[in-house]
Amino acid sequence: MAKAPARAIADPPIPNRERPGEPLPFEATKEQLLDFYKQMLLIRRFEEKAGQLYGLGLIGGFCHLYIGQEAVAVGLQSALDGDKDSVITGYRDHGHMLAYGIDPQVIMAELTGRAAGISKGKGGSMHMFSTEKRFYGGHGIVGAQVSLGAGLAFKHKYSGDGGVCMAYFGDGAANQGQVYEAFNMAELWKLPIIFVIENNQYAMGTSVNRASAEDQLYRRGESFRIPGIQVDGMDVLACRGAAETALEWVRAGKGPVILEMKTYRYRGHSMSDPAKYRSREEVQAVRDKSDPIEHVKQLLAAQGVKEEDLKTVEQAIRKTVNEAADFAESTPEPDPAELYTDVLVETY
Amino acid sequence: MPIEIKMPALSPTMEEGTLAKWLVKEGDSVKSGDIMAEIETDKATMEFEAVDEGTVARIVIAEGTDNVKVGTVIMTLAAEGEDASAAPAAPATKDDSPSPDAKADERKPADTVEDSAHPAQEKVDTGVRQMFEAAGHTAEITDPQVPEGTEMVKTTVREALRDAMAEEMRADDRVFVMGEEVAQYQGAYKVTQGLLDEFGDRRVIDTPITEYGFAGVGTGAAMGGLRPIVEFMTFNFAMQAIDHIINSAAKTNYMSGGQMRCPIVFRGPNGAASRVGAQHSQNYGPWYASVPGLIVIAPYDAADAKGLLKAAIRSGDPVVFLENELLYGRSFDVPKVDDWVLPIGKARIMKPGKDVTIVSYSIGVGLSLEAADKLADEGIDAEVIDLRTLRPLDTKAVLKSLAKTNRLVVVEEAWATCSIASEIAAVVMEEGFDDLDAPVLRVTNEDVPLPYAANLEKLALIDSARIVAAVKKVCYR
Repeated sequence: MAKAPARAIADPPIPNRERPGEPLPFEATKEQLLDFYKQMLLIRRFEEKAGQLYGLGLIGGFCHLYIGQEAVAVGLQSALDGDKDSVITGYRDHGHMLAYGIDPQVIMAELTGRAAGISKGKGGSMHMFSTEKRFYGGHGIVGAQVSLGAGLAFKHKYSGDGGVCMAYFGDGAANQGQVYEAFNMAELWKLPIIFVIENNQYAMGTSVNRASAEDQLYRRGESFRIPGIQVDGMDVLACRGAAETALEWVRAGKGPVILEMKTYRYRGHSMSDPAKYRSREEVQAVRDKSDPIEHVKQLLAAQGVKEEDLKTVEQAIRKTVNEAADFAESTPEPDPAELYTDVLVETY
Repeated sequence: MPIEIKMPALSPTMEEGTLAKWLVKEGDSVKSGDIMAEIETDKATMEFEAVDEGTVARIVIAEGTDNVKVGTVIMTLAAEGEDASAAPAAPATKDDSPSPDAKADERKPADTVEDSAHPAQEKVDTGVRQMFEAAGHTAEITDPQVPEGTEMVKTTVREALRDAMAEEMRADDRVFVMGEEVAQYQGAYKVTQGLLDEFGDRRVIDTPITEYGFAGVGTGAAMGGLRPIVEFMTFNFAMQAIDHIINSAAKTNYMSGGQMRCPIVFRGPNGAASRVGAQHSQNYGPWYASVPGLIVIAPYDAADAKGLLKAAIRSGDPVVFLENELLYGRSFDVPKVDDWVLPIGKARIMKPGKDVTIVSYSIGVGLSLEAADKLADEGIDAEVIDLRTLRPLDTKAVLKSLAKTNRLVVVEEAWATCSIASEIAAVVMEEGFDDLDAPVLRVTNEDVPLPYAANLEKLALIDSARIVAAVKKVCYR
């Protein structure tokens, strides 16, 4: 019996459903690009200052810095509709708040535990919120924000307000069980949510490869039929482009989508982490080759923005950050009576 | 002898049911596995299968008969070789002349049906049965909210809870209910019965079996401005979700300086159920009551269940609402008023007395009232207080009663260590020491996981005899 002729090329796998298209890099105007630059630089300088204040003992407890990951929050959040969309994240939250236009002074004052802090000094670095801006925290339990974010998306759908929730979590949280409970319900109920995995390569000191059987985290939604897209999280234009694709998908009622943002944190997991699990060279290589701020700086130069104009921007940002730090150091601590407020809403 | 087929118990707490429909008639032959009848419990309609083979000799209880006690003979089956027609073939239609027992049952209100002439199936004497039976005890509603002459309607705790949710859902579109089997199945314990029909699947939402996840979804929805009611099939399963109840729901308002409200109700059955073993039998009242930022409610009767659940749904705070499965089917008076809402954080004097104060909550209240009856026979006049809310505790009510009686026993269907009873004892030491004529005693479950065996379960759980003994001790009698 003659053998069936071997096929030269295997058929491509048949997708079990529609997928969003491959995102294109965002085509930013010079003004938009400059705005991204300012926001990212503000986050970087703010976080550097926070690290400094931590070293001086003005900030206590845990303090997780966002340095290196700036393009993710800035790129993604620039695509949201501030009037209806919501954001929720974990404990590495300063950057997302700054990217949402929240006043650096009240953030810094929260870090120093002062009454003028955004949580009246009762939350600290990991627990900050602005319901006014639809920023829902700031959550200290790894992965909790994913289910909570699905709840915010549930609210958007229930009340038909047209909003989308953007729920950020890290590569470490991606291994929590409740993430998959949330994935299942989000797809089952077609909730308007973008799950953003900020893959900064390390869950505290454990690299993705050492903790994840499937280390391509954008595929983690496959068994729930949630499409995933892998994005260069060091490129703000790629981030913004991916956000637009994801928003288009979600706003069309097609349910959730996963964005895996490949990024990198330059500092330790928290201020108390000596980061012995990776080499200094590894960090330096990322700084040299893929820094998100340097990247935008080059793009701006190519568009004819002068070095001195960027210097002016830099100076203004340093001034803002210094003022925030001065304010956070000098503004008073909470009144002792604040100890007993905000435990309950009602009186019984 | 024909085989007697008896009314089966189709749930751990079923005492009686309705013989809804016969699917066989006299003279039919049946074999094992044939469905012979449909039986309605207070929760569901169940199919009743044949186990033995034979010919239907006589249908004793006509279809449509209510309140048929478990263990009542409902039909007889002639085994192979027996003459089915030899059995007396009394007609068995409801309108005609049903069996004397069934007819007698029909005339009596549900609560007072006595055992029929047929010997009921042997009741296994368990600790849970004692608690269940003690829950027949009722107290007058003395809340000031009830105007003089208000009509009272006998309502089961199950219906009262359902009514509370339905009324609040009618009044406020932000209120919705989610949980396992709450919609199409009508509730694992039928507490959400009818809600799907009235409110649709936008507001009555079946979840996957995913407690951690849906507790988080509910909490997030509350943070976003909705008013979720999250049903746990039992609070034992809420252990999977306790992170969201405590870390997300209870603490966020404080951590946000008052920005992030979380008006959510986590509700479901709590405490020992009947013969379900240790993993399904635990009272989480003391656990949740230790957490600032939560409201914890554990009602006893139907009026409190309704009034407090409505208050819980309206509260701007996260509420843990602990129900008791054994009480779901119990009927109590509920005032017929337009909007029956009770204050959270207020205890209720179930029975006034002058000699000793018995403080309890949830199913312990029934046992305490039963004990108070027995004590009255011995000349001890006990005051029984139902805490109703476990956080915030109404310590004022307890101290006020203590000042009158000078003796205190706390009754709690829970472990003694770190219990509400311990908390009350500590508060009384700190704030009521001078009023004490005897040490405060705690009547609580034995310090073991709840065993399955009926005799051991009975030994492990509180009963009225132990309450009586403790009261006598503090009265030096």
